[in-house]
Amino acid sequence: MDLILQQMPVVLKSLNEGFLQTLKLFFVTGLGAFPLGLVIAFGSMSRFKPLSVLTRFVVWVVRGTPLMIQLLIIYYFPGMVLHNNVWGSGETGRFTASAIAFIFNYACYFSEIYRGGIQSIPRGQQEAGMVLGMTRSQIFFKVTLLQVIKRIVPPMSNEIITLVKDTALARIIALQELIWAGQAFLKGSHGIAGAIWPLFFTAVYYLAFTGVMTLVLGRLEKRLDYFR
Amino acid sequence: MAILDVKDIRKSFGQTEVLKDISFSLERGQVVSVIGSSGSGKTTLLRCLNFLERPDGGSIAVNGQVLFDAADPAARREADIRRKRLHFGLVFQSFNLFPQYTALQNVTLAGRLLAKEDPDYKTRKKELFARIDGEARQLLAQMGLSDRMDNYPHQLSGGQQQRVAIARALALQPDILCFDEPTSALDPELTQEVLRVIRQLAQRQTTMIIVTHEMAFARDVSTQVIFMDGGVVVESGPPEQVIGAPTQERTRRFLDSYNQA
Repeated sequence: MDLILQQMPVVLKSLNEGFLQTLKLFFVTGLGAFPLGLVIAFGSMSRFKPLSVLTRFVVWVVRGTPLMIQLLIIYYFPGMVLHNNVWGSGETGRFTASAIAFIFNYACYFSEIYRGGIQSIPRGQQEAGMVLGMTRSQIFFKVTLLQVIKRIVPPMSNEIITLVKDTALARIIALQELIWAGQAFLKGSHGIAGAIWPLFFTAVYYLAFTGVMTLVLGRLEKRLDYFR
Repeated sequence: MAILDVKDIRKSFGQTEVLKDISFSLERGQVVSVIGSSGSGKTTLLRCLNFLERPDGGSIAVNGQVLFDAADPAARREADIRRKRLHFGLVFQSFNLFPQYTALQNVTLAGRLLAKEDPDYKTRKKELFARIDGEARQLLAQMGLSDRMDNYPHQLSGGQQQRVAIARALALQPDILCFDEPTSALDPELTQEVLRVIRQLAQRQTTMIIVTHEMAFARDVSTQVIFMDGGVVVESGPPEQVIGAPTQERTRRFLDSYNQA
């Protein structure tokens, strides 16, 4: 116990750095996947058959394979198969590759939630807008959108909480995120070696972060409680 | 001149012919009730008038202006349809109010959006919005909803919701107001409060087409009754004739089923 307290300052500083990278990956994924998911959702709902079939095929592949494999392929395929490592060898390259894998993967999950949300709005809402002379985009933004958001907040919250923990997968390509930072103390880092507790301790970070996200998303759900 | 002239409207869904050469016309201030059993094509007819369905044949003219003509591609361009819809208002069976807006906002939303197409929108925005709001409040008051303007739809009874929907349709001052079984989702008490409002509109010479199953109401509110069956107009004329003394066997059978109930 004394040893742990003694190691604590060094470990926390290192874990904080890892956590910062975790946070960055989380927010970049969110920022990219929220809008991309909408594009994919519209693609899968397109009346142009080839587009909707292709989109649904891609969504099937992305949702049907482990994110970890997608990370590995995106990171290693250019360098080891095409002999052109577009990512470079540094942390920036690893982050970019991770962000792309995460954004695409999560956008596909989001797109299905969006699609379900959009299709669950009664057709009468759209027709009411039409007979009132609204344009398609006015109907989407002024009538449908908020109703869709209200309906998708609970399933999206679920995905967002999952994303917090999924960022740990980026460890597989050595992104220096939270798990990586905790694990480093096993082999030796900052003069500490053979310590397993920092790796276990990373769980506290994830738990705290998902706790905050749960509160924030719960608030949002409440804010939309004023209509049914 | 007739305010509405419908000629030979035809509409099929797949193999099913829902409307077979429907023609009728309507003078300003008249009220037409369309009666008939479910599946006779009444709702589809209203949906064609509001361009929610595209007829396969025939033409629709309002005030002598051809809004739709299946034979003339220029008169059915998609881009113009949105504006043409404004000649008609439609009140739905299931109200279809926008749940995230208050009663007042439901009534003003479309008007505010249309105001954006006004050339002086930027400079006169406040004035335009004030006028739209004022008119909406007046309409809601006329519907007996003065104290309900800031309520959300889920806080209103079915009858109140339907009256908001009527105000919403009236706010855009359509030439012809259409009702698609406006009381079918309501209990008898709420039905009466909605029918009372529609009666008032009839007294104010609002041109209306009402699809309804309320025979007594149709009889005393309409200037003309159309009985439809199997996608055709079986009989039409003044209510005393069509409902009071029908000449067609099919009409009699339909009305008998009401008397037995």
